[in-house]
Amino acid sequence: MATSISPDCLYTESHEWIRVDGDQAYAGITDYAQDQLSDIVYVELPEVGASYAKGDNFAVVESVKAASDCYLGLSGEIVEINEELEGQPEVVNSDPYGAGWFVRLAIADAAELGTLMTPAEYAEFVAKAEAEGGH
Amino acid sequence: MTKTLLYDRHLALGGRMVEFAGWELPVQYPTGPKAEHLAVRERAGLFDIDHMGQVIVSGPDALAFLQRVLTADIAAIPQGQAGYALMCYADGGTVDDTFVYALPGRYLVAINASNNVKDTRWLEAQTYGLNVSVRNVSEETYMLALQGPLAAAIMQPLTDADLSALAYHHAVEGTVAGVPGIISHTGYTGEDGFELYLAASGAVAAWDAIMAQGAPQGLLPIGLAARDSLRFEAAMPLYGQELGPSISPLEAGLSWAVSWTKGPFIGREALLKQRLEGVTRTLVAFRMLDRGVPRHEYPVLSDGQVVGVVTSGMYAPTLDQFLGLAFVPPASRRPGTELSIGIRGRENRAVVVKKPFYIPAYRRS
Repeated sequence: MATSISPDCLYTESHEWIRVDGDQAYAGITDYAQDQLSDIVYVELPEVGASYAKGDNFAVVESVKAASDCYLGLSGEIVEINEELEGQPEVVNSDPYGAGWFVRLAIADAAELGTLMTPAEYAEFVAKAEAEGGH
Repeated sequence: MTKTLLYDRHLALGGRMVEFAGWELPVQYPTGPKAEHLAVRERAGLFDIDHMGQVIVSGPDALAFLQRVLTADIAAIPQGQAGYALMCYADGGTVDDTFVYALPGRYLVAINASNNVKDTRWLEAQTYGLNVSVRNVSEETYMLALQGPLAAAIMQPLTDADLSALAYHHAVEGTVAGVPGIISHTGYTGEDGFELYLAASGAVAAWDAIMAQGAPQGLLPIGLAARDSLRFEAAMPLYGQELGPSISPLEAGLSWAVSWTKGPFIGREALLKQRLEGVTRTLVAFRMLDRGVPRHEYPVLSDGQVVGVVTSGMYAPTLDQFLGLAFVPPASRRPGTELSIGIRGRENRAVVVKKPFYIPAYRRS
């Protein structure tokens, strides 16, 4: 099954995405990540107003089998969380780049965007991970 | 890692293979563990459980031997029936939990995959003074489980056994899709269904026939993740979590499988002492009040102090709740007692509820 990659996002090596929107950005986990995790039953999101450095663990995704940490691709302050996920965590499985977004943050340092992977780079990264026997 | 004879079938079905007790088994198929779990509750599911171990006990002293090594009264298991029993160390800790079948001229003891070698050595070491043969037949025996409310309807056309005459916990010798073996009205899901002990040479033929027969009725192949969530909802113990070398059957709430009247058995004195003095911890079921997923080994807290530990915890698909099993002090055993579960440094509130979460089919009929 081909992994879907959104053309308007930037990516981390730990399979989170960032979508820039002016001086803010949305963050979530990728299609590859949700497929690896399988049925997501709970998403623990941060508090609005909390600040994180790039690479910080900002959320935990609970699948049927296990809890997995999620890492923020950019430094910044959380300005909104996706409250829909509390009642419907499964939208992370069905629409990881859309309705399954996790948080919106105020970008602290736009220079960090250059450290993220482009869609083409991430496609290559995922292809490699799959070839190494993701499953 | 050992591959089962159905390894290629699992790959063809898109199974995601993982290591479990030295075996390479599917943790899930593309449908996902939630859909697999619900398929077993609503329709039927087929499980490759070849990793399970089997031991044949025979000889003039077979019964005396099993009375020695198992906690339940094996003499009370009628011919053609199966009973649950634990195997204990002298200190009351649990070697394994087993299903014992009284068959013509022999007993079949079904044991856990992770304990297959350990149990066989333990059993062989306890044969002193008795005329008994203990033979591990795991390699020549292939175990499949067909579970769910449609299990009998799917199985009946494939077998010469009359399933309508096979009561719960009864077993009969017969064929499935022409493959000889034992058909047992048992399971590890809380649902109606069968466990099959087949000649290993026929494993692929039996799997294919059952899958083909059940496909029109919504039968799904089931992976380890759903196997765990199904047994968890029925509060059936998993060795290594609810049971272990330092956990006694009384602590795990399994005193119903311990006979005090059958005579001596290994572990009896330690268990009797525990019974008289009372256990210091007991297994309870709980439901999360605050949102969060309890997991194996998370601490149970009361007034900020660690008082216990979660043995199993997860999202329960049938009940759509976050639930767990935990060892707690006996004072906290009553349903309605509030506890906290330590989840990543926070205390999330939970409440003790009655076991099991999901009433098994054999207790509903």
